[in-house]
Amino acid sequence: MKNKYSIFSLIKNAFSQHENWKQAWGDPEPKREYEAIIIGGGGHGLATAYYLAKKHNMRNIAVLEKGWIGGGNTGRNTTIIRSNYLWDASAGLYDHALKIWENLSQELNYNIMFSQRGVMNLAHNLQDVRDLKRRTHANRLNGIDAVWLNTDQVKEFCPIINTSPDIRYPVLGGTLQRRAGTARHDAVAWGYARGADKMGVDIIQNCEVKGIKRNGDQVEGVETSKGFIKTKKIGVVAAGHSSVIANMAGLKLPLESKPLQALVSEPVKPIIDTVVMSNAVHAYVSQSDKGELVIGAGTDAYVSYTQRGSHDVVEGTLKAILELYPIFSRMKMLRQWGGIVDICPDASPIISKTNIKGLYFNCGWGTGGFKATPGSGDLFAHTIANDEPHKLNAAFNLNRFVSGDLVDEHGAAAVAH
Amino acid sequence: MFLINCPYCGERDQSEFSCGGEAHIVRPKQPTELSDDQWAEYLFMRKNIKGVQFERWNHAHGCRKWFNMVRDTSNDKIHGVYKMGEKPPVE
Repeated sequence: MKNKYSIFSLIKNAFSQHENWKQAWGDPEPKREYEAIIIGGGGHGLATAYYLAKKHNMRNIAVLEKGWIGGGNTGRNTTIIRSNYLWDASAGLYDHALKIWENLSQELNYNIMFSQRGVMNLAHNLQDVRDLKRRTHANRLNGIDAVWLNTDQVKEFCPIINTSPDIRYPVLGGTLQRRAGTARHDAVAWGYARGADKMGVDIIQNCEVKGIKRNGDQVEGVETSKGFIKTKKIGVVAAGHSSVIANMAGLKLPLESKPLQALVSEPVKPIIDTVVMSNAVHAYVSQSDKGELVIGAGTDAYVSYTQRGSHDVVEGTLKAILELYPIFSRMKMLRQWGGIVDICPDASPIISKTNIKGLYFNCGWGTGGFKATPGSGDLFAHTIANDEPHKLNAAFNLNRFVSGDLVDEHGAAAVAH
Repeated sequence: MFLINCPYCGERDQSEFSCGGEAHIVRPKQPTELSDDQWAEYLFMRKNIKGVQFERWNHAHGCRKWFNMVRDTSNDKIHGVYKMGEKPPVE
């Protein structure tokens, strides 16, 4: 029914001025009952639905999105993908995702513009150097590519960086993961939506969840702006709004939701062909295919659901960017925006069952969820379909906050949270 | 980003303050008697409300005093500040 995208379909549609392309996914009204419902139509939610249908043969499912798909954090991040995490559990999780990224365009028949341009993390003081070297060793033991670069090698890899020893945050070296890179964030949501829709998944936009109906310890359905929908399994992938949904079910989560900002510059000719992140100053930069510099800043240090963020955070980030890249001093910033990120106390995600039967949460991705999109969807689908976690997400359960078995990536990952 | 009316110094820029998270979480009186679940509740679980929330703030780059604040997290509107130990204003 839906066209397969190829060079031939492109040529064919060129003859009709590209006016006859079919809609990539449908716009159905919700049915009265589904086998499973996914709350949240971002990348993670759509990927979950896609893998539920593809690998677990659950076709009678729906994705409920209160706005439009990919309009939340999926369309608001800085599109960075990497897997150079310190701890074994995280390395397993993020590298699982990276391996799926590598073939995702082919699998979805949708160009997600995955570009393995490398991600470099800079060290600015002796402790950074020790931490980053330790992380490269840990990565290599887990089969993840990582190398240590000294200052000259950093300069050679990215010549526009100011490596003078006189600056406030001198570059003492860095790590490089060559398999890391970027992808087009919107295309990821669209590709998964098209793939899921093709297998019969209902993607229902402008449908806000207002309540969760329980019968004792079992979920019975969701109250939405389009009426009540019955289901026995609910997967919540609501990012910054996870606590809001949890409160509807009478649950409390170990999360705080904060605005995280990013900004892009006016478009310029290619100047930086990789992604450079800095742990100590929390500034990272890459260049989009349109030529804009994509700059990531830090979070505000208080709970807020306003998708804006404070000016002083952007100011701090841009100061660091300008010192590291004096060449950008006369660039103009074009757009700035914020997304609401749900941060766990240990800065690791939760992909878990709850003590309510049929209620599953995939949340707590904090400032770095985009990179995990395919792996997160795959593992969450496994958890929902089998009512038990895959071995790769077993450590990321909700019970770790009771047992104390945390996956403490705070500051140990490649970027300070 | 907003202005905060410090109960000791008056109105100042938010960047002078640091947020101490949800207010009125009482430290357990008998820590040795607590179960793991109760510890998890005290240490990690948060309401994380979208709407009116009670929270602790510190005027870090000012008088360095702690106080409580009532703020709507959906629009960052501040409904009031009150000193530590005082009863929260009734909404």
